[in-house]
Amino acid sequence: MNEQGWLPRGPLGWVVPPMMIGALYMAFLFAPTEATMGDVQRIFYFHVPSAWAAFLAFAVVFVASIQWLRTKQPRWDAMAVSAAEVGIVFCSIALVTGSIWAKPIWGTWWDWDPRLTTTLILWLIYVSYLMLRTSVENPARRASLSAVVGIVGFIDVPVVFMSIRWWRTIHPVLLSASGFDMAPSMVATLMVCLVAFTLLFVHLLRLRISLELQREEVHRLRDQILYEE
Amino acid sequence: MRSYLDKVLAIVGKDVASELRTREVLSSMFVFAVLVIVVFNFAFELNVENNEAVAPGVLWVAIIFAGMLGLNRSFISEKDRGCMEGLLLCPVDRSAIYVGKMLGNLLFMLTMEAIVLPIFAAFFNLSVFDPKLLLVVLLGTIGFAAVGTLFAAVAVHTRTREVMLPILLLPVAVPVLVAAVKATGEAIARTPPSTPGPWLGVLVGFDVIFLTVAYLTFEYVFQE
Repeated sequence: MNEQGWLPRGPLGWVVPPMMIGALYMAFLFAPTEATMGDVQRIFYFHVPSAWAAFLAFAVVFVASIQWLRTKQPRWDAMAVSAAEVGIVFCSIALVTGSIWAKPIWGTWWDWDPRLTTTLILWLIYVSYLMLRTSVENPARRASLSAVVGIVGFIDVPVVFMSIRWWRTIHPVLLSASGFDMAPSMVATLMVCLVAFTLLFVHLLRLRISLELQREEVHRLRDQILYEE
Repeated sequence: MRSYLDKVLAIVGKDVASELRTREVLSSMFVFAVLVIVVFNFAFELNVENNEAVAPGVLWVAIIFAGMLGLNRSFISEKDRGCMEGLLLCPVDRSAIYVGKMLGNLLFMLTMEAIVLPIFAAFFNLSVFDPKLLLVVLLGTIGFAAVGTLFAAVAVHTRTREVMLPILLLPVAVPVLVAAVKATGEAIARTPPSTPGPWLGVLVGFDVIFLTVAYLTFEYVFQE
């Protein structure tokens, strides 16, 4: 165990903070101001990576849930709940930053566009996933029940997206047939932010998993002491 | 195959027999669905102009909310009466229990709809005996019962049972609701759209995907 509690944990603990500072520098100072939208557009460098990290997190929930049902090893359940929690944080950031951007650009906080709606429903599915977990006592049963919800919820994502797609979409499309539709320095900034947020996600996920495993260990030790006396 | 079908039908038969003796689920579903339609009438001030726009949504909210009552009862009554152990001890595949329970719930919801639809038609001055509308109602109800039965089996193991089901089910069931409302709107429109939307396909796709997923995962939910 790490004796110096203030030291960063693991190699990522040393890599992620400078990466995030670099991402901030590039988003606010390096990237040029967008011609029509102005400085508001800079929120995009945090909005897109957050949404990406959220989808990545929910994919991790899906895979870890399947692995739990197959192997019944507690670390997979710890990974699933950790990814769901971290994913909800990134999903909330994506929803909030998107709304802040949309108000001056679209003139409204919200639009029932496929991507926005799908993200909101994802957020609701994983909030219900965490609520389910707080409502079941037995750890093995909690893991199995929430794994099923984690699997069904993730499979639902493309179905939700397709079913809402018929509406006209006003969400900007980044990738056109000719590659990225942006200035090269903007693409570079977006790439750095994507890498930084991905590493941040992996780091948070690892910290949260170790916390979950320690919590289980504490419960086990407590039960051991209680029932031995 | 033949014996699997017999097992499924035995579970459906058990649910139907217990419902025929108590009549508690169907009657409450029916009254609740009618109440939802009446309450929406006041909430939206329905009239001839907005009829076509609002009616499909009212119908499906009524079906989904009433259906949730039935889904909740289907496993909670098993648990409260100590029948869960009996079902678990049955020498049948767990998936047969899922299929039987799902068909039972589907049957109750369709029975409820058979009574509610004519009332809905009378209130909104519509014709319900349109084969396309009946097909939409059937497909939407199958999808809802498929994922609803799975989540009802999840919710019964939690501390907050009745509350947990809508929280789990509603976000996942959004595609069914969207597709069913749109398809219903097309079916009851006085001037049908020249190019019908992809809604029947969406409903079929949802039904197939979620019947398969629920069939495969049910054994992990229904334990001990």
